[in-house]
Amino acid sequence: MAYEINEEQKMFQESIRDFAKTVVEPRAMEIDEKGEFPWDMVEALKKNGFMGLPFAEEYGGEGADLLTLCIAIEELAKVCVNTSLILGCQELGSTPIKLGASDELKKKYLPMLASGEKLCGFGLTEPEAGSDAASMKSRAVKKGDKYVLNGTKCFITNGGVGEIFSVFAMTDPEKGVRGISAFIVEKEFPGFTVGKHENKMGIRGSSTTELIFEDCEVPAENLLWEEGKGFSLAMMTLDRTRSSIGAQGLGVAAGALEYTIGYMRERVQFGRPIAALQGLQFMVADLAMQVEAARSLVYRAACAVDSEEPGFSALSAMAKCFATDTAMKVTTDCLQLMGGYGYMKEYPIERMMRDAKITQIYEGTNQIQRVVISRALLGGK
Amino acid sequence: MEFDLNEEQTMFRQMVREFADKEIAPYAEELDGTGEFPYEIQAKMADLGLYGLPIPEEYGGAGADFVTYSIAVEEIGRVSASLSISMAAHTSLGSMPIYLFGTEEQKQRWLVDLAQGRKLGAFGLTEPEAGSDAGATRTTARLAAGEWVINGTKCFITNSGTDITSHVTITAVTGEHGGGKEISNILIPAGTPGFDVAPSYRKMGWHNSDTHELSFTDCRVPEGHLLGERGGGFKAFLKILDCGRIGVAALSVGLAQGCLDESVSYAKSRIQFGQPIGRNQGISFKCADMLVEVELARLATLKAAWLADQGRPYTREAAIAKLFASEAAMRAANSAVQIHGGYGYIEDYPVCRYFRDAKILEIGEGTSEVQRIVLSRMLGL
Repeated sequence: MAYEINEEQKMFQESIRDFAKTVVEPRAMEIDEKGEFPWDMVEALKKNGFMGLPFAEEYGGEGADLLTLCIAIEELAKVCVNTSLILGCQELGSTPIKLGASDELKKKYLPMLASGEKLCGFGLTEPEAGSDAASMKSRAVKKGDKYVLNGTKCFITNGGVGEIFSVFAMTDPEKGVRGISAFIVEKEFPGFTVGKHENKMGIRGSSTTELIFEDCEVPAENLLWEEGKGFSLAMMTLDRTRSSIGAQGLGVAAGALEYTIGYMRERVQFGRPIAALQGLQFMVADLAMQVEAARSLVYRAACAVDSEEPGFSALSAMAKCFATDTAMKVTTDCLQLMGGYGYMKEYPIERMMRDAKITQIYEGTNQIQRVVISRALLGGK
Repeated sequence: MEFDLNEEQTMFRQMVREFADKEIAPYAEELDGTGEFPYEIQAKMADLGLYGLPIPEEYGGAGADFVTYSIAVEEIGRVSASLSISMAAHTSLGSMPIYLFGTEEQKQRWLVDLAQGRKLGAFGLTEPEAGSDAGATRTTARLAAGEWVINGTKCFITNSGTDITSHVTITAVTGEHGGGKEISNILIPAGTPGFDVAPSYRKMGWHNSDTHELSFTDCRVPEGHLLGERGGGFKAFLKILDCGRIGVAALSVGLAQGCLDESVSYAKSRIQFGQPIGRNQGISFKCADMLVEVELARLATLKAAWLADQGRPYTREAAIAKLFASEAAMRAANSAVQIHGGYGYIEDYPVCRYFRDAKILEIGEGTSEVQRIVLSRMLGL
């Protein structure tokens, strides 16, 4: 068992760390303040070949494994969660295509996603179907060579900027969960509009919107896998992407801790740097332990997914839950260590704390992760 | 033992609660988005007598006890931390120093307008290099030709830059005695030449609370603006902070109660998996924990207030209440957002604001760490 990332991964880590520090970090505050989607970051990620990481070489990607993607997301999230989410969402939106599309569909869609020419998204959640995703109301009815899609999705990352969406809808409501199907929906399909843009606590540079389908016409060949397999496809996707949200939590935690340690060395109170106070030293020690544990778990889960190890679903859930709970704990305590300055927008920590909160909620709340983990241990449904 | 509020206090709580629900809550989200000081609501609160509760009637106040004051801070804090802190800081930091340490002439000149809420008062203790180490004050006041000449910078000062701010009481070094600093309090009227108010801070939360950095450059005020004894500044501000801690504790109780109320109401109405989410123990236990902490925080806060009303020492109890209540409020806000899922992350929902507002409670008026210092010293450590 390898407790170390290999040479290639180490070199990759150095290069993306350098990219994050020099290209991304200087923009992070502005992205949050303006609340605008950072297209320049998309361009920079494209230019440096990072957009194509989790795509196979035959589709123009880099063919990187999930561990490498997690390393990339971690390094980006250390300085800017918004930018890390560009990679994260491209993976989330494209995984149903990778897992469930015909070769033709893959050839049609994956190259434009691997190159970053188009951004994608994942349309599962609805106003009345959050944690209970299976209770979705969106309907897709087959008419000739098309499916006619009706319904509303909410909280969709990349909603206002994406052009390709994996969308889930009921094709056979009688069958419940087994009546859900998945489709590739293009922004240009008639009957597809983008609804409300959410005003969020954090990840303010990410576009989170409703997707509205009104008699939206989807070519029948854009069905993923087969009818009734949509929910399985969604769960298979999330089992494989959760580690990357864990990596996001890990990154923002590690970034906040690194920044705060720098502050503690310089901030003088009571005649010496506050780093000399044991009450604060012990806080930092606790935080560092959690970050390190989160990193081990995220890397472990990513490797399990990469090798399709049995039980990787529960491991992914553990990694997501632990690393994002760590993100919340670490950013909250780092703000505490920064005192009044931590609460001010001139410093990055309050933004990191706001950004950290969503990692405990999206791609399955941490309550849902606990459901996944406990079911794996205790059975039941 | 008597744990009940008296009839007057009970009726008062009801009255403030109704006011908060009717006059503040419906506008709180929108107000937060503007980041402006809410003069209209402030005036309504002043009409109710909320800006001078513990100040005797002869100086324009309500002559109420600290228990009553805590109730008001809590009830306003249940719907708006910004308005609650404005009122609490005005009372404990803006008005009490004049009431406790002022001459009769100073009380007549300043206190009446403050107690009636026509004017707001502020207290300038914190400096860029003197946060938790408040004794490290660098601001100086030199007596020259019957005037204090003040130089220095204060930061994070609440209520210091509104249109109706009458003054800020600052701590300044007025001399040295046997190697130690002589610290005194001096009243600086708003608009005094050489007293500059920087633009508002951009903060994570408390968006409607008015907070500024203040700088003094050869700012001159008459010698008679000394508040309390020369050299008595350090002792005075410790006493002032004790009172302020009851206020922040009460505000924390209010914010935590608001989180509990919102969470319970959401957990009852949000249906997932065919039942209200509150039926899941993962959610209901979080609410139960929140209830326990709110109740304990309120008991601790009212005990400190009650001791103050008895004229007994309450430094220890105020520190306990502030420490526990503010940390309970942060935990409650974190749970409340989590229980609301994605909706909790959207600025349309109060818990999103409560989350951003909660963190500073653990920092302002002495960080949690400073409370631990106070308490460990009282244990003889």
